[in-house]
Amino acid sequence: MEIPYTVTERPDTGLYNAKLGVWLFLASEVMLFGALFSSYVLLRSGAEEWPHGWQHLSVPLAAFNTLVLISSSVTMVMSWASLKTKDFGKYRLYMGLTILAGLIFLAVKFFEYREHILMGEVPAHDTFFAIYFTLTGLHGLHVIGGMIVNGYFFGPGARMWSSEPERFTNRIEIAGVYWHFVDLVWIFLFPILYLL
Amino acid sequence: MDKAATAALHGHDHAPAHGHEHALGFWRKYVFSQDHKVIGIQYAVTGLFFLLFGFTLMIIMRWQLAYPGQPIPLIGSWLGERNAPGGIMLPEFYNQLGAMHGTIMVFLGVVPLAVGGFGNFVMPLQIGAPDMAFPKINMASYWVYFVGGVVMLVSFFLPGGAAQSGWTSYAPLADISPGQTSWLVGMVFLITSSLLGSINFIVTIIQLRAKGLTFMRLPFFVHAQFVTAFLLLLAFPPLEAAAIMQLMDRVAHTSFFLPSGLVVTGQPLAVSGGGTPLLWQHLFWFLAHPEVYVLILPAMGIVGEIVANNTRKPLWGYRVMVYSVIFLGFMSFIVWAHHMFMTGMGTTMSAFFQTTTMIISIPSVVILSALIISLYGGSIRFTTPMLFATAFMPMFGIGGLTGLPLGLAPSDIHLHDTYYVIGHFHYVVAPGTIFALFAGIYYWFPKATGRTMNELLGKVHFWGSFICINFVFMPMFIQGLQGMNRRLYDGGMQYAHAQPILHWNTVMSFAAWGLFLFQLPFVINFFLSIWRGRRVSDNPWEATTIEWTAAPSPPPHGNFPIVPEAYRGPYEYSVPGYPTDFLPQTQPDPPGHPAGTAAAIPAGRH
Repeated sequence: MEIPYTVTERPDTGLYNAKLGVWLFLASEVMLFGALFSSYVLLRSGAEEWPHGWQHLSVPLAAFNTLVLISSSVTMVMSWASLKTKDFGKYRLYMGLTILAGLIFLAVKFFEYREHILMGEVPAHDTFFAIYFTLTGLHGLHVIGGMIVNGYFFGPGARMWSSEPERFTNRIEIAGVYWHFVDLVWIFLFPILYLL
Repeated sequence: MDKAATAALHGHDHAPAHGHEHALGFWRKYVFSQDHKVIGIQYAVTGLFFLLFGFTLMIIMRWQLAYPGQPIPLIGSWLGERNAPGGIMLPEFYNQLGAMHGTIMVFLGVVPLAVGGFGNFVMPLQIGAPDMAFPKINMASYWVYFVGGVVMLVSFFLPGGAAQSGWTSYAPLADISPGQTSWLVGMVFLITSSLLGSINFIVTIIQLRAKGLTFMRLPFFVHAQFVTAFLLLLAFPPLEAAAIMQLMDRVAHTSFFLPSGLVVTGQPLAVSGGGTPLLWQHLFWFLAHPEVYVLILPAMGIVGEIVANNTRKPLWGYRVMVYSVIFLGFMSFIVWAHHMFMTGMGTTMSAFFQTTTMIISIPSVVILSALIISLYGGSIRFTTPMLFATAFMPMFGIGGLTGLPLGLAPSDIHLHDTYYVIGHFHYVVAPGTIFALFAGIYYWFPKATGRTMNELLGKVHFWGSFICINFVFMPMFIQGLQGMNRRLYDGGMQYAHAQPILHWNTVMSFAAWGLFLFQLPFVINFFLSIWRGRRVSDNPWEATTIEWTAAPSPPPHGNFPIVPEAYRGPYEYSVPGYPTDFLPQTQPDPPGHPAGTAAAIPAGRH
């Protein structure tokens, strides 16, 4: 017996296995970042003094990064839509752009980190920088994870397009759902850490 | 279906299945296997090993409690000069044993056996699925767990020793005591493994149920695993967040859990401060209270299966049990701070959490009552699994009821952090959950091996364990009510208030060593039966659920010779008018009769 519903949808649930799986994974991710955001609220509300993010962090750089990530979500959707219309060339283009956007985001983040560390604003400096590095670092790891997945589907994983196009399209949808989540986390991080 | 047809189908379908199995080499088939049954057995055997190992730690601790300051006989010299010079245990080593006993029993023993072992092996068979939804993720889940276990074991031999701040790892102590970093790294692996496993479980149950197997036709065990998987999925990430922050505190010298002005052995700690130790407790118990239900729900599921099978009648109140287990799952997320009444969090918070705690006791009582009422009027077969399952009920009952005074803030003030707490949760987990797990091993062993375990050795195992375990844990209530603290290295010898109850320490220690000896029949039985056990048919217990009625023992790769289909609920025992006293879920309705009218099947057809 083969495992059913790996590609097609189960009639009574309307889902294929991996789609349900990724949503459950995201539910656990919500709890992970939710716990960290809650910790942030608790630490800040209990602190005697807490700096505004813009006093220490660069808002223009973060705003630029926000734009980059949101654009990458758009290109991610476009890559999936291209596969739906059977245009593999366009898929390659949009997926490449998505990966490029991830690289730009990480590069900007790297320069931000470098500047803080050179100024002695390391995690041990105070609780603000502790939570800043923890949250953005964990988010950064998620970006890197997503780029590894996307890179695989851009390169060697794309061979599946010729053998099982429907399954490959599903995989891009799954990767996209994850990528949007990573994007969404940043959209929460940006105001909380930089603007408030 | 008559025997000839079954045999023909087996013969027909076995050939390709076997061919597929033989195509895999030894490593792919037994070590890096993607088959849920092999992974389940790997989980179960590893979990059993860790249960024995964690128990051994306690055996050594019990010497120190009964005879404080005296050299440990036999094995004392093996423990090393760093831990026990001259065979006499040092306090730091006692603390390591205590912390690691809890960690190993919960995260490396019971949960992997109950969820990873039974869930993986039994659940897909019970829902008529060929495998788990994501076999590769399943394999990854086991190996990540394995690495986590190795990290925990190796930590004993690292320079700082193992973690020594209790399994709860309360800050600020855990932030500054040696050995904690390896504990945190190990936990990150274990949490990751649980997450991978729980996603797989939920998707499998939702997506891969056989045709006709609606939610209200699922065996109670599957419902229990379903809710357990949700608890693991949603409760573990906050602990992962907490573990990351504690790692940051230890490695990057942040102060998430370290308050300003902390003084350690007379010296102010050189940290930025501004953190709060209470944050750790909130995050920890947000996991660890649902974790209690992760420990108990699979056990309830196993007991439900065995009770229905051995009383030869349907579970009493199956629907209510299902609703209760779902309600339990929801409620378990909003009771966590009843572990924190003594932290000074305020009476409003205490009132809220003691109310939710009283509410959550209701579905537990409903499930337990339903199990007990199920016994009424049954013609009970006292097989070894049934003995363990029956003992589960009063034992879990004692564990649950002794929890009520802990859930109420006024009485908790007296009992907090005493041996009463230890007695309470051990009654839930040891003669409760672990007895149910033993029941499950005896019950599903024939499915995994095609052979049955020895009944006589099983009964020796049961009665010996049952008597000893009560002598271990019952005196803890007495000691706890006397006010004896749970973490004392000398068993309370220096404390005036503990003098009247000190003599119990020796009784409990001897009972614990007796309990250890009575596990030998099980170990012998387990290994002997794998190779020498009596061969049995595919359905030796005359059960109704799909794993027994549609799959050979042991099931081949892909599980079922023909795709199974469910026609009725899981516990159609002693149906009036039906020739045998069990009506399989996979038995089709006769033509011309509406679905589910089991009784209408003419006698003699079987």
